[in-house]
Amino acid sequence: MNPRTSAVFRKELRDFRRNKFIVGTMIALPIFVIAIPFLSVLGIKPGDPENVVRNILGGASLSFFLVPLILPTVIAGYAVIGEREQGTLEPVLTTPVRESELLIGKALAAVVPCVSISYTLYAIYRLVVVSAAAPVVNHLVNQPSQLLAVILFAPLLATFSIWVGLAISVRSNDVRVAQQLSGLAVLPMLGLIALFSFRVLTPSVAVALAGALLLAVFDLVAWRVVSALFDRERLLTRYGSV
Amino acid sequence: MDAPAIRASGLTKEFGPRTAFRDLTFEVGAGEVFGFLGPNGAGKTTTVRVLGTLIRPTSGTAEVAGVPLADADGPELRSLVAVMPENPGMYLRLTVYDNLEYFAGLYGIPRAQMRERILSSLDTVGMGPRVHDYAGSLSKGLRQRASLARTLLSDPKVLFLDEPTSGLDPVATREVRELIEGLRTHGVTVFLTTHRLDEAERLCDRIAIMNTTLRVVGRPDDLRRQLFESAIEVRTARPLADPAAVFGSAGATDVWTQNGDGVYTVKADDPAATTPALARALVAAGADILRLAEVQRTLEDVYLQLVSEDVEVTR
Repeated sequence: MNPRTSAVFRKELRDFRRNKFIVGTMIALPIFVIAIPFLSVLGIKPGDPENVVRNILGGASLSFFLVPLILPTVIAGYAVIGEREQGTLEPVLTTPVRESELLIGKALAAVVPCVSISYTLYAIYRLVVVSAAAPVVNHLVNQPSQLLAVILFAPLLATFSIWVGLAISVRSNDVRVAQQLSGLAVLPMLGLIALFSFRVLTPSVAVALAGALLLAVFDLVAWRVVSALFDRERLLTRYGSV
Repeated sequence: MDAPAIRASGLTKEFGPRTAFRDLTFEVGAGEVFGFLGPNGAGKTTTVRVLGTLIRPTSGTAEVAGVPLADADGPELRSLVAVMPENPGMYLRLTVYDNLEYFAGLYGIPRAQMRERILSSLDTVGMGPRVHDYAGSLSKGLRQRASLARTLLSDPKVLFLDEPTSGLDPVATREVRELIEGLRTHGVTVFLTTHRLDEAERLCDRIAIMNTTLRVVGRPDDLRRQLFESAIEVRTARPLADPAAVFGSAGATDVWTQNGDGVYTVKADDPAATTPALARALVAAGADILRLAEVQRTLEDVYLQLVSEDVEVTR
């Protein structure tokens, strides 16, 4: 990693660890999102109709994608506007750091913990399903396409989410407004994921790879948009060229 | 002779219909402490931001530390300068060390040298014992010092200090001033914006006074001479019977004013020559002299004279 990007990454993680709001959200939100689907899956009995089982599992699967999609918006909303509010943005912009180094460092610092949490939750889910759920559940969950989807989609969704959050953060004047807008802005992406989770698109390795490719394209476009929006002058003054 | 550390030519910045500053042309010598004075909204901070490549000028050219002001040269220029904004801008949840470590990383200081540089910068500003304190637990004065330490990390050629003593108590103000005086001995070029005229007078080799446009640039003594005629103040125990005769016999100019009973201001092109002659004339006239001294104009007088001219013009 570039030394300046690495410096931003380390500082962001350090700052997040000491931010009670971020730490609290990082713990509470995944628990809140996962708890009900988890209990529903454990409640499935061997004789339950297959369409009911599939719907419950679809909801559970969608929940795992909610975490990497929603969680980064909490951090991203804070990433730029929060710095501007506490007066740290100007000193940072006076250093030789390039916009790309700053943005990538901030994005990585949000993506890495969010993806780690998503993977950890999914690993726990698989363990619980293997050890405690009905055999039909075990059979449906233990599919290579689903594992591949979680592994590929989680970082790509988190990356998309962080770019959207950063884009809103660089144009916003208030941390909370930025966080709420970011949360809303990523919701359409959930519709796309629901097609996979609820088997509207038949899950397969090929579909998972195609979905990942599509998300990667979205990420690239979102990165270009954020880079274009990051304007030092506008961030430091009320008067911008836009 | 060293090349100027800062060279600006016709520098202008407009924000839509509003002009922040216009047609700034000046040079700052290497190792000089240069004061940049002006009222609120005069464009001082915007000038610092433009010279620090934080925002683009609308027109004009400039060179800082030998690097032209251009988008492509931004990172190179910023690696040679340091800017201390008015707000210390510390991460309050991080320790002083963590704050400086972050900036050392942004300046690209190798990790092997980082610790030594950080501790050395903190020692320079007397913050060594507070290295592991959280920035949020520091007073404003200490945060300002830590912020100054941050600007020293990269060993900058040019240091921009924007109102470094703003909001500080007298003790903290004196400490920051002593630090700036210390920087002079290290050969760092300092570009200092301030409202405090006594501070500028004490610290700066030269000053510029601006109010959207540059009004004057020069040494404080030169500016005083440029704006005010030399004069001698005379105080006597009782009013003189014939002041015109007394002042005329001293060879002083006949331009004098009476400012009260026994208080006179006498214009003198060469006060060093005129003062002894005036003393002799006053003694010869039987006057009891209470005071006889050149009128001292402060930088505040110069500033107020220039700024009040602007107020007159805008009325």
